[in-house]
Amino acid sequence: MTLTARAIRFCLALVLAAMLPNAYAQVLRIGLAEDPDVLDPTLARTFVGRVVFAGLCDKLVDIDEHLKIVPQLATSWQWSADNKTLTMKIRPGVTFHDGEKLDAEAVKYNIERHKTMAGSNRKGELALVTSVDVVDPLTVRLNLSKPFAPLLAQLADRAGMMVSPKAAKAEGDKFGAHPVCSGPFKFVERVAQDRIVLERFANYWDKGAIHFDKVIYLPIVDSTVRLANLKSGQLDLIERVAPSDMAQVKSDSKLKSAAIVELGYQGLTINVGKSGEAQKNPLGKDPRVREALELALDRDAIVQVAMDGEAVPGNQWVSPDNTWYVKSHPIPKRNVARAKQLLAQAGVPNPSFTLMTPTTSDAQRVAQVVQAMAKDAGFDVKIQSTEFSTSLNMADKGDFEAYVLAWSGRADPDGNVFSHLACKQPINYAGYCNADFDKDLADSRTTSDAAQREKFFTDAVDHEAKDRPIIYLYHRKWLWAFTNKITGFRVVPDGMIRLQGLKG
Amino acid sequence: MSRFLVRRLAAIVPTLFFVSILIFGLQQLLPGDPAIAMAGEERDPSVIAYLRGKFHLDEPLPVRYGYWLKGVLHGDLGDSVRIQRPVTELIVEKLPVTIELALLAMAIALTIGITAGIVSAVFKNSPLDYAANVFALWGLSTPNFWLGILLILLFAVKLGWLPASGYVSPFEDLKQNLASMIMPAFVLGNAFAAVLMRHTRSAMLQVLSSDYVRTARAKGLDERVVVLRHALRNALTPVITLGALGLGELLSGAVLTEQVFSIPGFGKLIVDAVFNRDYSVVQGVVLFTATVYLSLNLLADIAYFLVNPRMRT
Amino acid sequence: MATAAATVIGTVPAAPPEASPARRALRRLVRRRGAMVGLALVVFFVLMAILAPWISPHDPLATSWSMVRKAPSAGYWFGTDEIGRDVLSRVIWGARASLLAGVVSVCISLLVGVPVGLVAGYLGRWPDMIISRIADAMLACPFLILAIALAAFLGPSLTNAMIAIGIAATPVFIRLTRAQVLAVKVEDYVEAARAVGNSHLRIALRHILPNVVAPLIVQATLAIAAAIIAEASLSFLGLGQQPPAPSWGSMLNTAKNYVENAPWMAVWPGVSIFLLVLSFNLLGDGLRDALDPRHG
Repeated sequence: MTLTARAIRFCLALVLAAMLPNAYAQVLRIGLAEDPDVLDPTLARTFVGRVVFAGLCDKLVDIDEHLKIVPQLATSWQWSADNKTLTMKIRPGVTFHDGEKLDAEAVKYNIERHKTMAGSNRKGELALVTSVDVVDPLTVRLNLSKPFAPLLAQLADRAGMMVSPKAAKAEGDKFGAHPVCSGPFKFVERVAQDRIVLERFANYWDKGAIHFDKVIYLPIVDSTVRLANLKSGQLDLIERVAPSDMAQVKSDSKLKSAAIVELGYQGLTINVGKSGEAQKNPLGKDPRVREALELALDRDAIVQVAMDGEAVPGNQWVSPDNTWYVKSHPIPKRNVARAKQLLAQAGVPNPSFTLMTPTTSDAQRVAQVVQAMAKDAGFDVKIQSTEFSTSLNMADKGDFEAYVLAWSGRADPDGNVFSHLACKQPINYAGYCNADFDKDLADSRTTSDAAQREKFFTDAVDHEAKDRPIIYLYHRKWLWAFTNKITGFRVVPDGMIRLQGLKG
Repeated sequence: MSRFLVRRLAAIVPTLFFVSILIFGLQQLLPGDPAIAMAGEERDPSVIAYLRGKFHLDEPLPVRYGYWLKGVLHGDLGDSVRIQRPVTELIVEKLPVTIELALLAMAIALTIGITAGIVSAVFKNSPLDYAANVFALWGLSTPNFWLGILLILLFAVKLGWLPASGYVSPFEDLKQNLASMIMPAFVLGNAFAAVLMRHTRSAMLQVLSSDYVRTARAKGLDERVVVLRHALRNALTPVITLGALGLGELLSGAVLTEQVFSIPGFGKLIVDAVFNRDYSVVQGVVLFTATVYLSLNLLADIAYFLVNPRMRT
Repeated sequence: MATAAATVIGTVPAAPPEASPARRALRRLVRRRGAMVGLALVVFFVLMAILAPWISPHDPLATSWSMVRKAPSAGYWFGTDEIGRDVLSRVIWGARASLLAGVVSVCISLLVGVPVGLVAGYLGRWPDMIISRIADAMLACPFLILAIALAAFLGPSLTNAMIAIGIAATPVFIRLTRAQVLAVKVEDYVEAARAVGNSHLRIALRHILPNVVAPLIVQATLAIAAAIIAEASLSFLGLGQQPPAPSWGSMLNTAKNYVENAPWMAVWPGVSIFLLVLSFNLLGDGLRDALDPRHG
């Protein structure tokens, strides 16, 4: 055959091959704001790790846009009358990436792993689960020592993620290097600080909802560079767009964006009892000074200036559009005159305090705005920029007066307040200890009835609003940007990138 | 010669020892408890206790140093607390990336620096000299992260010629690899170009005013021949050896360049490790870098020694 | 060279007074245009820093919620930053931080490095070995890493950044001083001084130190340039001058998030750093040429 004929035949073959469906793998490239830590749901501790888990590991239940608990690996559940037992039915026919069956035994293994593995970060979340019973191959029963309403919300996160018992037993604590779960995509490879590659799991139980063959997560820390990558076409989707960049994303015809208010908050944590420092400073000692500080702040302006409007002002541990927000405590308006009055009453017309501020750009901006606003009421705020790791240490020791601290947020309101403000909890940096307040929170955990819980939370907010151990400032918006080829993006307040239904 | 070699080799060991103590000591002084930093948002006390035990954080300083040193002598540089993988593995993974970046940057630096140096020396005190000076100097005068961001905006976003960041292995896709490395290599090489320019210029000036060049000129040889054949060869010797040492300088610059361009190399690894209090990574990588740097130093000395046997110290 | 004079008939012109080496160096320096430009720029920035309170149009810390990220205009020549402060005023005041960062760091390096280098070079043997090994160890670590680790240890602030950079840059001066001392130590006049019975200290101060000064000045000038960039780098990582106080490096750190929306926030501090560092580099190069006759 002549060379030309051969060449033509070759080209024809190529063209035909290209026309075949799935000739090219559909790859989704996602830009993350940080490099995730270890990919083991039991040991994991970062927000960004959860973003990767959304594609890798399914959980017992999930939450939807309205924070309702919906089925995922579990199809239905039932609390016992005394609220101390949760019975869950497992979805039939589900397998792990290595082919192992996902049944009640596997669930039992996982819960126990979360509770007992050395270094597990899930122990606190599952502390009240005393034992797990296998009722039948598809039914599992969790026994609690005390009623704990937030449990389902915990199971919608890492505590509810299921890994293959066979792989977990084989790899031990090295499991995170090659995780085997049951999510829509399975693990292929990970190059630290460069990429995490997942490929489609052919036997996923909801495979109809998955429209990509491969997902690659690329951590790019600098938000400007992350956006530049999206614009130049190297990424399809990015998370945590900088608020100041949203305007240009919206005006770019090749890009689309999505936003939703987060579950967490940004606030000023005040040392009211964590250490001796608390009693030395008028801010920590006198609630009137704290009230004056709150009245000196204009939350709308803070949101506008520090976050370019991409946040929602707030004064409680849940945002105003959350169903658990206590409407009887609306956001106070700025009132400098009243603030000065209070300070005069307290006998400290010009109080001075140090504001410990992590070196992240958000925190820095907030601190500067707070400093300028508080000055109008007579406050002398000294900004102490501290590297994040160091700031955690100092907060732990109570070595601060006020601290700009954000919380990533949990689906159940209990997750946003208990560990922070209940007596002696590990991240109660404020050192707040109020017996009535603790009782309200404890009571709110005992029932799943929303109306009843609402009552307890209202009482709790009453206390918090009076004592102000934390002055909540605002709730950020999760901001995503993606190319206009992407459709079906679901905006859920937990900030996760859910791949089911996503097309591109 | 062999005595010289042995003496130099022997000097490396105590230096490395000091390096390890220096970095180890410095890190332990860093405020911030790595166990707390590692323990996650919830700061579960049991996790903190577990981490403290696993990484011997409660033991006295010399004991911890001892554990680490013992590991090093067995080829084990410890595990990264954050990613939970052996440091040696991370080094092997990231080394080729930074090496490629450094070599490309070096190539760019040599080209710009030596050319500018020659031009500057030959046309001394003329506008060309001045221009070459400023051109090479601007690299040393501009913060490389700023230059990097500007270049990304121009070439990646506005023009779309090059990828904004990231890294593709040359074995996977050579063209894409070079496309993603050219901007960071340029940014990184700029600063060193200035250093090379200075040295080339002074070496050339020295040589150009030397006897044998004057002789060559007196003989009536064409100026170009004088410069290229006689002067250059002699001037370049110290410059080339400097080039070998420059890799150490480049690593310093790579820290920020890798950060801006998201290149998964050493620099990025170290910066993240310092901020996350990932002690093992910092110690392991610095020790490795120091070893390489000192070895290159030694090689440069040997090369210089071979070229110029009159050198005795 | 002297032969020509002998054949002149008539009055032999009196020989000009012998200019001191310093004077000759100065003359060579003045002749080099690059160095003069550098010097002029340095003086400009120093004056800018000193006269900041009088020449800056606005208070560099004054925020204005309505003027957030506004482009350059009549009232704000360089535009405003992310919380409404005047960029021009911050650039003017920022000169203080950058100049301080450069000069103080190098002073620290000199104050520590030169005496240590003198000791090492002059005493030799064990002190020299230990000091050289330590200096080598410090040089073997990437400079920026050392500075980052030190700054992280001390805490983010301009002062700590200066200390960190100063310490990280010390080994260069130790090495330089030591090398000069070793070269000069064997000169005849030093031997003569010893023979006459001068104390070590006197010899070090009167005979050795003056010979070290020239390369030290050159190196110091160039080190200032590098220190200013190092401060900007540390600020980029969040470890240098902290807001709200202005410094060009920290202004760049904040501006990097707004390069497309508000490029003026990044341009002016970047240009200023570039000019200041360039001027020190030019000056340093000129000094090197002037002080080393082989390059004149």
